[in-house]
Amino acid sequence: MTTSKKKTIKWGFFIFFIPVFLWLSLLIILPQLELLRLSFMSTGKPGFTFKNYLAFFREPIYWLTFVRTAMYSILVTFIVMAIALPVSFYITKIARVKASGFLMVLLLVPFWVSELIRVYGWMILLRESGVINQVLVNLGLFKQPVEMLYNDATMIMGLVYTSMLFMVIPIIGVMESLDDSLIEAAYDLGAKKITIWRTIIIPYCMSGIISGAIIVFMLVLGSYLTPNLMGGKNSLWFTEQIYNQIIIYFNWNQGAAFGFLLLILSSLIIWVFLKISGQDLKKVIK
Amino acid sequence: MIRSLPRSTAYNTGFKTFIILYFTFLFAPLIVTMILAFNNSMFPSLPWGGFTLDWFFGNGPKKYGIFHDQNNLRSIVTSFKVALSVMTLSTVVGTLAAFLFEQEDFRFKGALYFLMIAPLVIPGVILGISLLLFANSMGTFFENIFHVYLKGFNPGFWLVVFGQFSFITTIVTLVIIARLRKFDRSLEEAAYNLGANRFEVMWFITLKYLRPAIVGGAAIAFLMSFENFNTTVFLVGSQSTLPINLYLQVRDGSTPVINAISFLLIVGTSMFAVANLYAGKKKT
Repeated sequence: MTTSKKKTIKWGFFIFFIPVFLWLSLLIILPQLELLRLSFMSTGKPGFTFKNYLAFFREPIYWLTFVRTAMYSILVTFIVMAIALPVSFYITKIARVKASGFLMVLLLVPFWVSELIRVYGWMILLRESGVINQVLVNLGLFKQPVEMLYNDATMIMGLVYTSMLFMVIPIIGVMESLDDSLIEAAYDLGAKKITIWRTIIIPYCMSGIISGAIIVFMLVLGSYLTPNLMGGKNSLWFTEQIYNQIIIYFNWNQGAAFGFLLLILSSLIIWVFLKISGQDLKKVIK
Repeated sequence: MIRSLPRSTAYNTGFKTFIILYFTFLFAPLIVTMILAFNNSMFPSLPWGGFTLDWFFGNGPKKYGIFHDQNNLRSIVTSFKVALSVMTLSTVVGTLAAFLFEQEDFRFKGALYFLMIAPLVIPGVILGISLLLFANSMGTFFENIFHVYLKGFNPGFWLVVFGQFSFITTIVTLVIIARLRKFDRSLEEAAYNLGANRFEVMWFITLKYLRPAIVGGAAIAFLMSFENFNTTVFLVGSQSTLPINLYLQVRDGSTPVINAISFLLIVGTSMFAVANLYAGKKKT
């Protein structure tokens, strides 16, 4: 009896293991290795070359775009954090209990709508012939329409908008379990609001903040639609360089090198986030 | 400061204004997009030219509504096919993966788990190009060695499905693991003692328990696949999915037919989302 049971368990193991192994090896590991291999190759010439990486460092447009993308992604992550904290605090701790459930649903709905449609909505609002311009001109506040799209500030606002919810949801998840009596005790002992935030709320929510920050940073760094449509020709986002190399110039080796550099950058910054906050990736992703 | 503590009116109104502004910011673009779907104008902008349903039902000669727009209808059908395939595949593999990581013990389990969550921290663009390059190399390899030409390695339907599957499965797995972790394993042991085998136990006990998580995971998989752009754009062949098709139209400028599509998608996904939330709350 026991031996036959053990045998079926072994069988069960392979039925679970093989599809998962095929998924991870064929769709994740091998493609990444191929990406790395091709980034050291050159079309037409056999053998190993650093040409693609050298091109990255020699052409200022490439590495400037890379640095710019990294800096703006970090900036967006911090802006999102600064807005998400009070919003989550209001929903979990201040709003009436009945209202907070409704607000939660309201928060989630735009998250389900595709990024493209949300960006399109902003384009309709902001462009020169857009709704905001029309309203302001009709009210007499503007003499003539102003182009509000295609600049860095708008692009950053768009990135904040599209990634916002990925920060709010993990923070709400943690903040809900924060015991009100801790805040009450601090208040009774005369702590100021800033002190309460600094010493109780933020440390308690750190795991939520970090997992939100990682997801937001990753999404912003890898986003293509928002910079491309809201930043226009001046957006200079690194994913656009990858897209251009692969789809337009058909230079796959150069594109592979850029892709690998982006992968290194995102892994590095996520690692730094984890180190600074003393968190563990496994814990952060549930 | 919180519900149970005294708050000044300035603090209250200040906070309330902030929240109202936040929700306005959140919904303004969606609502404006939806309203302009009914505008009688050739461009998706003001002035308001009167109410019309032409961008839904119009059939030429000037205005083609979404229900007569062959190009967009075709991409909607493609997106549905892709999303259904991704949903099926990733729900099956995600469930198996959840069992593997929660109920089995084997060497290198930690390393494999780390690999399983890696797709979440790899930008979608990179998943797309790496799969494109890998499939292309595989295609050439098979052609040179076995002299067979396999169409599946070229950009197209199956490459899109596998590209999306590669990271959506991670999310499905995490959703199912979260529920499986709360499962009381003594129920399984009881069934074993009563003579059930591994598969009977899984089918009648564990999978029954997991059903809400599996349904929820499948719903998330469907929506994520339907809306994906970053990975899909590199893998798509001649049949483009809806987000790719819409992107080209938004970039180059188009008629309010995009607003009509957006209207349908926003209404559809919100209903889907609310139903999903409600079902999730009821069952747990």
